[in-house]
Formats: sequence, structure tokens, C-alpha cells
Amino acid sequence: MSSATATLKKGLFLGLNLRQKTILIISLTSILLFGILISSLILGGEALPTNFGSKNLAPSLAHPFGTDWMGRDMFIRTVEGLGLSLIVGFVASSLSTILAIVLGIFSSLSKKTDAFVSWLVDLFLSIPHLLFIILISIGLGGGVVGVIAGVALTHWTSLTRVVRAEIKQLKTQEYIHISSKMGKSKLWIAIKHMMPHLIPQILVGVILMFPHAILHEASVTFLGFGLSPHEPAIGIILSESMKYLAAGYWWLAFFPGLSLLIVVLAFDMIGDNIGLLMDPKSAHD
Amino acid sequence: MENEKLVGFAGKKALKLISLLVFVSLFSFWLVEQSPIDPVRAYVGEMAISPEHKAQLEEYWGVNVPPQEKYFNWAVNILQGNFGTSLIYKRPVIDVILERFSVSLVLMATSWLISGILGFILGVIAGMKRGTLMDKIIKTYCYILAATPTFWLALLLLMVFSVYLGWFPIGLSVPIGATADNVTIFDWLYRLILPAVTLSLLGVAQIAMFTRKKLIEVLSSDYVLFAKARGEKGLDLVLRHGVRNIALPAITLQFLGFSELFGGAILVEQIFSYPGIGQATVQAGLSSDVPLLLGIVLFSAIFVFTGNLIADIIYEFVDPRIRQQEAAQ
Repeated sequence: MSSATATLKKGLFLGLNLRQKTILIISLTSILLFGILISSLILGGEALPTNFGSKNLAPSLAHPFGTDWMGRDMFIRTVEGLGLSLIVGFVASSLSTILAIVLGIFSSLSKKTDAFVSWLVDLFLSIPHLLFIILISIGLGGGVVGVIAGVALTHWTSLTRVVRAEIKQLKTQEYIHISSKMGKSKLWIAIKHMMPHLIPQILVGVILMFPHAILHEASVTFLGFGLSPHEPAIGIILSESMKYLAAGYWWLAFFPGLSLLIVVLAFDMIGDNIGLLMDPKSAHD
Repeated sequence: MENEKLVGFAGKKALKLISLLVFVSLFSFWLVEQSPIDPVRAYVGEMAISPEHKAQLEEYWGVNVPPQEKYFNWAVNILQGNFGTSLIYKRPVIDVILERFSVSLVLMATSWLISGILGFILGVIAGMKRGTLMDKIIKTYCYILAATPTFWLALLLLMVFSVYLGWFPIGLSVPIGATADNVTIFDWLYRLILPAVTLSLLGVAQIAMFTRKKLIEVLSSDYVLFAKARGEKGLDLVLRHGVRNIALPAITLQFLGFSELFGGAILVEQIFSYPGIGQATVQAGLSSDVPLLLGIVLFSAIFVFTGNLIADIIYEFVDPRIRQQEAAQ
């Protein structure tokens, strides 16, 4: 999977080596995502003008994504929705990451805590993710808090496993043993020897968690358990579009979904490419 | 010796399932208990009721009973096979779940099989032709699919095949006036196509990428080099040495995907109004049908557990390599 991005655009940047290419891809996709976030923040809060004179227009130069049944510009709604998705995804993945790091370190303390953490991971993986998010969202009364908690509480498992396996593997390394035989404290070893190995892994893990978080948020909102209907979320836009499918207003669903796909893909690319950069074996290919 | 292992394995798994169900039920019960849902309100809806009737209902739903006791009552009832009555279907929860789940199983099994076979074939082709245009196309396809929102793909298919081409009706549920029993097998297949295609298309990505990676590993091994030196080549070589070695891990991976499959089914059933467990989940959630929702959670946990269990069985008993690796570790 990871090499897919590198080869994807080969034709475009023939003269560059892998390192330059990955940095270019990372910068371009990051600019795209920041652009979306910033424009949605600038647009945010303002209710879009409703203009019944221009309702249900097909895509044109004036309205690249068309307009909806209230004459609102779908492009602006989509950008606002994506911005919201990014914020929800960011908060949820950050919480999830903190949880994963804490549990990963906790599992390395002793055999008992390790068994406990594995058991907890198994427990959280035993209910289908989407159903679990729905349940948590219902439990917290829906809304932004419900979705964020739901997504955060279901996405920590894979990163916890990574952190746990990495610590386990590091513990068997000779230099760690030597360091401790030479009288260094556990904390010192953790900070000086383990952290430098863990941080890149965690960073890549977080970035790759993002797209899952965003997709799950959109799915739950689409089903009606997430953000409330007056938020400009992508899930809301798409569930509204279902009512107009039979009328043939395809642009209501097509463009917002495609934009969501592109955002998710951008995150996948950034994550994979950072992973490539940080892995010394592949960084200089 | 082998028998002993079998008994030990079965015992361990049974214990695990029981402990899992206990904690899943506790956790989900607690979650629903936290929610601002008023069971009496959910039951009567917008109807006006007399205070006596309300008190009666409150007693029935145990509004004033402490949560521990409520959980205990619920759990004891479940042990006796009584999951309670669904608020929206006004029928025993267990009947609703069994009926809906069997409908969904058809959908899930179909797309599980198609995506597994298709993904495996695509992965083998990509791995065999590594670095060629074919490989790149398959990789890009998988990469994009992995980022595609399930419900958006479902909406697109619905637009293209139902709205434009008119091949399928827009709501694919049971025709008005007919009950689920007297629809013919063809009606079934007809309704199954679009949801199954959606889930299959999306399910391909993971298995194809996994197969590709494994095949490349196998093809760069010493025994393949030796086979090549003996003059084996092309498809024959891949079939004889590659596919045999990667089939089992791929099947295992496919069994581990039951959780994703269930999540996909929820979305797809909702969009195509396929009358399965996913649609029931959404309805139960939206109209606060707590007994049904909790029942579905328990059954979905058993469903996921079954997938993992089969994967474990393949691990422990079928694949000699994995057994050896474990012993070596």
C-alpha cells in the first residue's frame, strides 16, 4: 500500500528522487487540506443566503457544484462540511492517540497490565465499529460530543497495538539492556532510547487514523446519529441529497462525496509518504 | 494429545465468549442507561396518556428501579431466552433479530464471497505482474476504494442504476401488500444485487493489497528461485508455489473482516432499504428502541466473535506454518 503513492504520480515528477517526490506530495496535499480548513473557518458561522430564484441548478461556472433546493451554493456548503469533518476528525484522533499512548505504556508495565490492555482491545474490537459509535453517540445524547466520543473511543485499538508491540520489541534490544546495566533509570531509557523510535510510529499512526475518523463521522452523521441536521456536515448534505435522487439532482450527492474521498485520500497520501520518509531504508531510494 | 488441545481450545474460547458477552452487555447497557432516552416516551410516542397509565408503564419499564437491578433483571431474562419486546415492531426482539439477521446474512455472505474471490484474483495478478501498468491500475483502484465512503458509493450506484437506467426500483424493500414470506427467490436476488455489488466492490481493496504483498514475498523466496531454475514459469509457477502458500492467510484475513462487513451492511441496507439487521439497527437507534438495540449489539458481538473464532481455528489447526512460527517465538 505504501508504495502506491510514490508510483501514483511518477509521470508528473520524473526528474525527482523519491525523497523530493514524497516531500512534494506531502506539501501539496497539506496545502489542500489547510486551504479547506481555513476557507471553511472564514466561511463558518454565516448562514448561507437562501435564494429560491436559483434553486436546484445543475453545476455551472457560477456554481461549480450546483445549488440545492434552497438555492444555496453546494460548493460553499461542501467546503464548510469538509472543514467541520477535519475539526471533528482532528479532535477525535487526538483523543484517540492520547488514549493509545497511555494504554500502550500502561501495558508495558507488567504482565498483568499487558493482559488487561489486550483484553480491553479485544472487547472494543468485538462490536462492529459503526454500531459501537452509534451506541456511544446515543448514550451521550448525540451531537458533536457524541460523535467525537464515539469515534475517539473506537479508533485507539490499532495504534495501541502498534505502541505495545514496539515497546515490547525495544525492550529486548541489546542497547536497552546495556543502558540499564550501566545504571540508567527507567525514565531515562524511556525518554532517550524509546521515544525516538516511538514518535515517528505514533505520528504516522495518527495521520492514518484521521481518514478513518472522518469517514466514520460522516457515516454516523449520514445515518442520523451524529451532528445535528442544521450543521453543514457532509453526512447531512448526503442524507439530504437522498430525498432528491429520484428527481435526478445528481450533483447534490456526487460532488460532496467526491470531495470527502479526496480529503481522505490526501490524508492517506500524507501518512504513507511521511512513513516512507521516516523509514531510513526507503527514504533514499 | 490432539484431543486434549481441542478440548482446551474449545474451553478457552467458550470462556472468552461468555466473558465478552457479559462485558459487552454491561457496557452497552450502561451506555444506553446514560442516554436521555425516556422509555415511556419512546413507547407511547406523541399519544396523550393518563397519569395512571403512565405510572403503569413506568413500572413496566422500570423507570424508578436502580440501574444495577434493571441490568440484572434484563440479563436474567436474556439467559432464559427472553430479550424483551421491540418497541417499533411490537414483537419479541428475538424474532425480529432472527428474521432480520438471516436476511442480512444472505447479503453479507454474498458480498463476502465475491469480494474475497475477486480481491484474491486481483491481488495475484498485481503480484505476478509487479511494476507493470496492470499492477499500477489495480493498486490505484484499491487505494481509491479504501478511501471511498461506503454510503457515497451506494448512493452513486442507486443514482446510476435506479434513477438513470431504471433497472431497479428506488426503494428496494418488499413490495407493498406482500409479506416477507411470499416473495419469490427472484425478488430476493433482484433486491440483493445493488447492495451486494456495493459491499463487494469496497471489500476487494484490503484483500487484494494483502494478497499482492504476500505473493511478492513468496515470489522472492528461495524455493521459487529454485523452481524457476528447474524451468517452471508463468502462471504454472504462481499456481503451484504462490497461491497455495497465500490462500490460507488470505482466507484468515477475510474472516477477520466480519466487523467491517457488518458496519458496511448497516450503511448499505439503509440506502437500498434492504430489510436486514442493519436497517433494523438504524430504526431502533433513531426511535430509541432500547431492547432491540441491545439485542442487536449482543448478536453482532457473537457474529464478529464467530469470524475471529474461525480465523483462530485456521491458525491453530489448519495451517502448519503458523503453528510452527508460534512455537518458535
